[in-house]
Amino acid sequence: MMSSEFFTTWFLPGIWVTVQVTVYAAALGAAISFGIGLARGSRYWIVRFVAGIYFEVFRGMSALVLMFWMFFALPLFGWQLVPMWAGVSALGLTYGAYGSEIVRGSLAAVSPAQKEAGVALNFTRLQRLRLIELPQAWPEMVPPFNNLLIELLKGTALVSVITVADMTFAGNLVRLGTNETTPVYTLLLVLYFVLAFLITRGMRLLERRAKAGVGQRPEKTGGSTRTSGARGERLPAGSQSAAGGTA
Amino acid sequence: MSWDWNVVDDFMPRFWDGVLVTLQALAVGTLIAFALGLVWALAQRSGRVWVRWPVVAVTEFIRNTPLLVQLFFLFYVVPNFGPSMSPLTTGIVGLGLHYSTYTAEVYRAGIDGVPAGQWEAATALSLSKGRTWRVVILPQAIRRVVPPLGNYVIAMLKDSPMIATIGAFDMLGEAQTFSNETFTTEALTVVGVAFIVIAYPASLLIRALERRLVR
Repeated sequence: MMSSEFFTTWFLPGIWVTVQVTVYAAALGAAISFGIGLARGSRYWIVRFVAGIYFEVFRGMSALVLMFWMFFALPLFGWQLVPMWAGVSALGLTYGAYGSEIVRGSLAAVSPAQKEAGVALNFTRLQRLRLIELPQAWPEMVPPFNNLLIELLKGTALVSVITVADMTFAGNLVRLGTNETTPVYTLLLVLYFVLAFLITRGMRLLERRAKAGVGQRPEKTGGSTRTSGARGERLPAGSQSAAGGTA
Repeated sequence: MSWDWNVVDDFMPRFWDGVLVTLQALAVGTLIAFALGLVWALAQRSGRVWVRWPVVAVTEFIRNTPLLVQLFFLFYVVPNFGPSMSPLTTGIVGLGLHYSTYTAEVYRAGIDGVPAGQWEAATALSLSKGRTWRVVILPQAIRRVVPPLGNYVIAMLKDSPMIATIGAFDMLGEAQTFSNETFTTEALTVVGVAFIVIAYPASLLIRALERRLVR
């Protein structure tokens, strides 16, 4: 069994690092999701085009390879990143690309009549977005964002590969130090599961509030991630929450 | 800073080895994921609680924990009480197992998408349970699930470099060792570009497939 000293010096801070990486990467990813997601619905073809290129490049890229590249190759271009920030930006950039599809899809699913009503009321483009489209699209975004957030949490395990001392890194240290692999990796898996569970609970709460804001009730879904398709994948018609929406 | 095409040239033979390993892992992993996913999906619909419950619990657990840690678990823990596998085999099993929990969801959605009338018609024709599944439900469900399954193949491709962390020589593994030996970084960039070059046409293909199959 791992010593309690080891536990307090590596494992507990590791949990904290994992949480930090998740939060920072989620913040970066959210900013990119909305930025790129909105840009992909822009009136100007050049904006759509550039945003589309971003989306295709970072969706096609493996997060781990990008992370390695940022950590090992970027310094040679004169940009040395602290391991943690290399990891956070690689995750944020990748998952932001996935998230942009959620934002784009939910905005596209807002009924056209709503947008036309905004035009009829002589709202500016920005007013329409802020007062009409986003408030209605937001409840549709929350469930897929929950899935994406869990994907991101799982993705944070990758930062251990570029020497960020998250909990997976701590687990590997324990393995190297004591060779006690079974308890360590089992504990690790359980910890990730618990974190994912907490995220789901939090997002459910957010979903309930968001849906209440537009006078809806959340659908009943069992399990924690019943609707998948978080990473820009499409599911069979009728099962994707962002596409349909309730009238 | 500096980009040296000679380094890229030197890396090329090993790059192709890596591509081969990556594609191999992807192909076998995909087969496992597709087959096992269907098993999970059917088991989750089982009428017996003692079948349904454990399967739901296990798939939820696998889906909500990182593939990387699962790979470590398979590679370092499983040999303590089970078979000891080579890095590549472990990677393939890990990828297949992890993604089978996703494909299970896809199958589930596809099966749920078959109209209730089809089930009722099968009952009316007094088809046996096995025949109902084989000739009525699954053929209709498979059509719907092909595009999303394809998307998960792409997702799997992007997660496949993780098997390099347990010592398999896929694209990333080759690039890493090459970079460490030669103190260069061109190999990593080549691999990064290769991922986009493989993934983008693949996603276009899936989109085309989706237009043809769904509706």
